[in-house]
Amino acid sequence: MTQVSACPACLAAPAAQEIARTAAAPTEADLLLSLPGIHCAACIAGVERALLADPRISAARVNLTLKRATVSAAPGTTTDDLVSLLGSAGFEAHALDREALRGSDSDRAGRDLLMRLAVAGFAMMNIMLLSVAVWSGAEGATRDLFHWVSAAIALPTAAFSAQPFFVSAARALRAGRMNMDVPIALAILLALGTSVWETAQSGAHAYFDAAITLTFFLLAGRYLDHRTRAIARSAAQELTALEVPRAWRLTPTGADEEVAVAALRVGDLVRVRPGGRVPVDGVVTEGRSERDRALLTGETLPVPAGPGDSISAGEVNLTGPLVLRATAVGRDSSLHRLADLVAIAESGRSRYTSLADRAARLYAPGVHILAALSFLGWYLATWDLRTATGIAAAVLIITCPCALGLAVPAVTTAASGRLYRRGLLIKDATALERLAEVDTVVFDKTGTLTDGALHPTNLDDLPTNDQRLALALAEGSSHPLARALAAALRNRGVTPATVTDLREIPGEGTEARVNDVTLRLGRAAWVGTAPGTATATWLSDGQQPPRAITFADTVRTGADAAVRGFRDAGLHVVLLSGDAATPVAQLAQRLGISDWQAEARPEAKAARISALAAEGRKVLMVGDGLNDTVALSAAHVSISPATALDAARAASDIVLLGQSLAPLPAALATARLATRRIRQNFRIASWYNVIAVPLAVAGLCSPLIAALAMSTSSITVSLNALRLKGKA
Amino acid sequence: MTILAYLIPISLILGGLGLAAFLYTLRTRQYDDPEGDAQRILRDDFDDRPRG
Repeated sequence: MTQVSACPACLAAPAAQEIARTAAAPTEADLLLSLPGIHCAACIAGVERALLADPRISAARVNLTLKRATVSAAPGTTTDDLVSLLGSAGFEAHALDREALRGSDSDRAGRDLLMRLAVAGFAMMNIMLLSVAVWSGAEGATRDLFHWVSAAIALPTAAFSAQPFFVSAARALRAGRMNMDVPIALAILLALGTSVWETAQSGAHAYFDAAITLTFFLLAGRYLDHRTRAIARSAAQELTALEVPRAWRLTPTGADEEVAVAALRVGDLVRVRPGGRVPVDGVVTEGRSERDRALLTGETLPVPAGPGDSISAGEVNLTGPLVLRATAVGRDSSLHRLADLVAIAESGRSRYTSLADRAARLYAPGVHILAALSFLGWYLATWDLRTATGIAAAVLIITCPCALGLAVPAVTTAASGRLYRRGLLIKDATALERLAEVDTVVFDKTGTLTDGALHPTNLDDLPTNDQRLALALAEGSSHPLARALAAALRNRGVTPATVTDLREIPGEGTEARVNDVTLRLGRAAWVGTAPGTATATWLSDGQQPPRAITFADTVRTGADAAVRGFRDAGLHVVLLSGDAATPVAQLAQRLGISDWQAEARPEAKAARISALAAEGRKVLMVGDGLNDTVALSAAHVSISPATALDAARAASDIVLLGQSLAPLPAALATARLATRRIRQNFRIASWYNVIAVPLAVAGLCSPLIAALAMSTSSITVSLNALRLKGKA
Repeated sequence: MTILAYLIPISLILGGLGLAAFLYTLRTRQYDDPEGDAQRILRDDFDDRPRG
């Protein structure tokens, strides 16, 4: 910390506590839990009581705002123990990875800004009070006294509160650049300097109040900006921290040991249980199963896996346990190789300049030239250095971007807050502006427009007896197709037939016997037939030809509404999927999307988006899979659901927290409204300048006019931004 | 006008007290969980483990 404090002990004591806390960490494990369900005083008490009832736990504290609990437990206690402990007490809990959350729990920068803001606010009020006396006509020795008291308050306050502007301006100047902070720092310094000089000469005009008001309003903008970003960052980090990456490594003795994914090395044997995500690239050494590649390629159909097959990180193992020999881990795995493509795609996006930057680029040189010209003009006209400097300071104060500094953060804060309540997390500062410009929407299919879950489509064609047999067989497997089939049949009120010797053949299907007849439910090749075009499982009794039970993806809630909403807003909707042509065509027809493309590889998706961009279109990409990552980064702006892989979420600007896609068109409307509001705010701020600057240049701007113009423009701009909050 | 010699320091001290109180709450992290604190006062049982 670099604060100036009158009390060194105040600084030393929390710092010592901080050190004590970190030093104590290794002996007692600090565990973090996410508690999405808690909402009331009784929940807090219930969770804390349930946790503290366990003798291993020495302290537990619930944070209701973050919906988290921090627990200090004896070494060896794992988060899984706590999750099951709370589960039995009736509270939903998830383990959070502490590493991924590092830095977000103590928001040092935010508190630092708030402290500077508080000091500036205190000083501003006191100086204003003294200034009112001067404006009311205090004269002579009284006015000088008020000015000197103001100076005594303003100078230390500026030194402390305006530090961020000075630091940033100095850094920019050293690098030979210009930013908004250069004119700000210059205005504050010049205003204070001329005011002290004026006061020493017992002059009438001192700008202490203006300099500190300026600092206060600008800090308020900075703080709003910081808070919006901090909230988005901590929510995004929480999503990442929810996926605690663990793997089971086989030790030379053949036992399993649980390790962090980061600890795996090439050549390790890794066991992947059914339902688990593959942590590394590897070759199957043992076991037979099927794997779900939907997140990597968008295929809905499971792919078989057996010894010798290579498997990529990110796939999900479905039916049988597999043992892999790792061939690539961590950064080298195929999951991360996509990162190179992403980096290339992102370099294109960084060319976007925000509205604020565009305004600053026009504004900063303009202000300096104007101030320099008025200084020169007055100096040549009067040969009076004091008058000329005073007028140059007045010009700098009047043009100082108080309202400009508030124009963007106030609107973004209001808009992000509103979208967050609708389940949209804005990760990137300029995402709203970019979203507002969009004229084309590209959807991914699996996991985005559909929720990835399959349901049988032709059960009506299946005789009742076959339905009963199929149910009996399907209940013997945990394969997603079998589970979907069993659930659908149970829903229709079908009772399972009595079968014997029910067993699951990993990677193939299930087999059972009824009256010496072998029944099979599984892959087409296994039951002895040719696979069709649609996703299907086959039922065979060895006598009649096998019957196909076809499946289709369930459309995600709100997908219809989202596509319709975008089309009504005049956007061109495109469906790009890595899945086979038949299911993609079916979905496109159902949702009324005429422009679709199937079997698109990640590069093909990105190429299509670049092609659209080359036509001058601004593309919004909505996708969840690893195969979408490049496309997400290449698009003008991108959205991914919270269920997406970490890599996809990291590549997108906005994360959709809820299940439904319905809020997306509303988000577009909000973004457009917000951008309109930002432009409006710039216009308001400019009008104030247009009126006040001629007065300042003409030397007619008294400190009173400066204070009035600055406060009114800042308040108008903030109120205009708040109008966003009320609108539905 | 000698009254100013009293009034100005008094107004400064009063404002300074408010500022000091705010800085104290900020340093002791009383804004980390505003919702939780609002709910905790509604509990019947005494919170014998306040956050230190």
